Amino acid sequence: MDLSTLVEIAYLVSAVLFVVGLKRMQSPATARQGNQLASFAMFLAIVGALVVAEVTDWRGILIGTALGATIGVAGARLVAMTAMPEMVAIFNGLGGAASGTVAAGTIVILLQSGAPVGGFVGIAITITTLIGAVTLSGSLIAFGKLSGRVSGNPITFPGQKVVSGLLFAVLLGMAFLVATGSGAAAFGPLEVFVIFAALALLLGVLLTIPIGGADMPVVVSLLNSYSGMAGSAAGFVIGNNLLILAGALVGSAGMILTMIMCKAMNRSLANVIFGAFGGDAGVAALASGEKKSARSVDAEQAAMLLAYAQTVIVVPGYGLAVAQAQHELRKAMDLLQERGVDVRYAIHPVAGRMPGHMNVLLAEADVPYDSLFDLDEINDDFARTDVVVVVGANDVVNPEARNPKSIIAGMPILDVDKARNVIVVKRSLSPGFAGIDNPLFYLENSMMFFGDAKKAMTDLIKEIREV
Amino acid sequence: MGTLLVGLYVLVLATLVGNEVISKVPPTLHTPLMSGANAISGISVLGAVAIAAHAESGAVWWLGMLAVAMAMVNVVGGFLVTDRMLQMFKKR
Repeated sequence: MDLSTLVEIAYLVSAVLFVVGLKRMQSPATARQGNQLASFAMFLAIVGALVVAEVTDWRGILIGTALGATIGVAGARLVAMTAMPEMVAIFNGLGGAASGTVAAGTIVILLQSGAPVGGFVGIAITITTLIGAVTLSGSLIAFGKLSGRVSGNPITFPGQKVVSGLLFAVLLGMAFLVATGSGAAAFGPLEVFVIFAALALLLGVLLTIPIGGADMPVVVSLLNSYSGMAGSAAGFVIGNNLLILAGALVGSAGMILTMIMCKAMNRSLANVIFGAFGGDAGVAALASGEKKSARSVDAEQAAMLLAYAQTVIVVPGYGLAVAQAQHELRKAMDLLQERGVDVRYAIHPVAGRMPGHMNVLLAEADVPYDSLFDLDEINDDFARTDVVVVVGANDVVNPEARNPKSIIAGMPILDVDKARNVIVVKRSLSPGFAGIDNPLFYLENSMMFFGDAKKAMTDLIKEIREV
Repeated sequence: MGTLLVGLYVLVLATLVGNEVISKVPPTLHTPLMSGANAISGISVLGAVAIAAHAESGAVWWLGMLAVAMAMVNVVGGFLVTDRMLQMFKKR
């Protein structure tokens, strides 16, 4: 058996380990082992690639690896759990960029050797570049919106969809030119290719800026999927089945999460991408409406209510992440549990800024994962619950979703308003990202505990101790 | 069967397997799933290595080096941060 066959077999083993590794992600008990299996699969694949590459110049590989590994280790160690959405956004972008750069390198090599770029490889190169570039620039915009460097409001201008549509048509035309081009003519495929890549980057920006901050869980998932598709496409460029397979796994993972997020908001993917939903637009009109009064409580009153409750459900939202209050929240709930109160956590699929964001935050604060419940698992229990504590969540508990005329009509919500008492920890009565008022705040059984989540929880801990 | 067709077989079957396996991942693990997927998308390092292997200078050298670097950020950073997250998940 020759060496390249041996490497092909190693690739096959690696492919199997990727699938088995992902399968172990089906339970928190085995997930860590699954991740380690996948990382071993990657190691095996890289060794195989180095063996068949018959490297004649190690500098690029070594410098690139040193650079990438250093940044990767630093990022993985230093990132705060609250900033995971930003980190995943950057990783999505780099994944797309790496695949796009592989396509770029391939076309330069082909043109230098005078070989024609056309046909099947040409098509694969243009598809890889298109998806890779859109993933890169789209992810950078998503990162900007998540980290507050770019406005979270939808950024739109007249004729935006027309411009994006035209741009896409131009890209298809240029892809045809590159794919059918041959040799390095005066204005050959390389120049066309560079312009193509630049325009594809612009398309990524245009597609992402009109999407509001609250829709970022969908966008991050979608870009995750794109980064996988770009990898698959790059597999066709270099003729490597493992790349195609691993890319497809990532592509379907991202797509599944995208669909789950859309369903959790009762919106279609098209509506998320083109709807320019949310932001400040609708707020002014509502503020001038009828004056309603909300009941407010202080830490002492909240502590009394909680300490004498039998069942408590906590509903965390993005505000918890912003205030970094997960540890204080857990301490307050621990004190209640010591008093015999039954405390559970209800997690809405789109709470936070990416799928599973709240679960990771609470895991960091040592909340056991079997205390966390999904919307379907816990929604019927609210009616039998003494006190619900909403910490930094808004749209996901907005009863307006049951109003067919509301813009969030039909969105599955946590039915916290059915509980006997609802304590809403929030800085003000301002609307959530959907930009609409929340009638929950004005219900008879709800009370506002105004303040920053971290400060509020610290005060609550003190008061519970004194009950 | 040509290389293209084999590739398409792999693409379609892997997508189906991915759908089966990943749709059963519980919501509590969705963030580690994404960062783990980021790491796996670093598989493009295989293509990057193939390009960087023979370039001694010029545009191809830079493209190869950059592609290796970007893919390795995903591979190393993705697997490490996923592990860091997963070790925090504890049962009662």
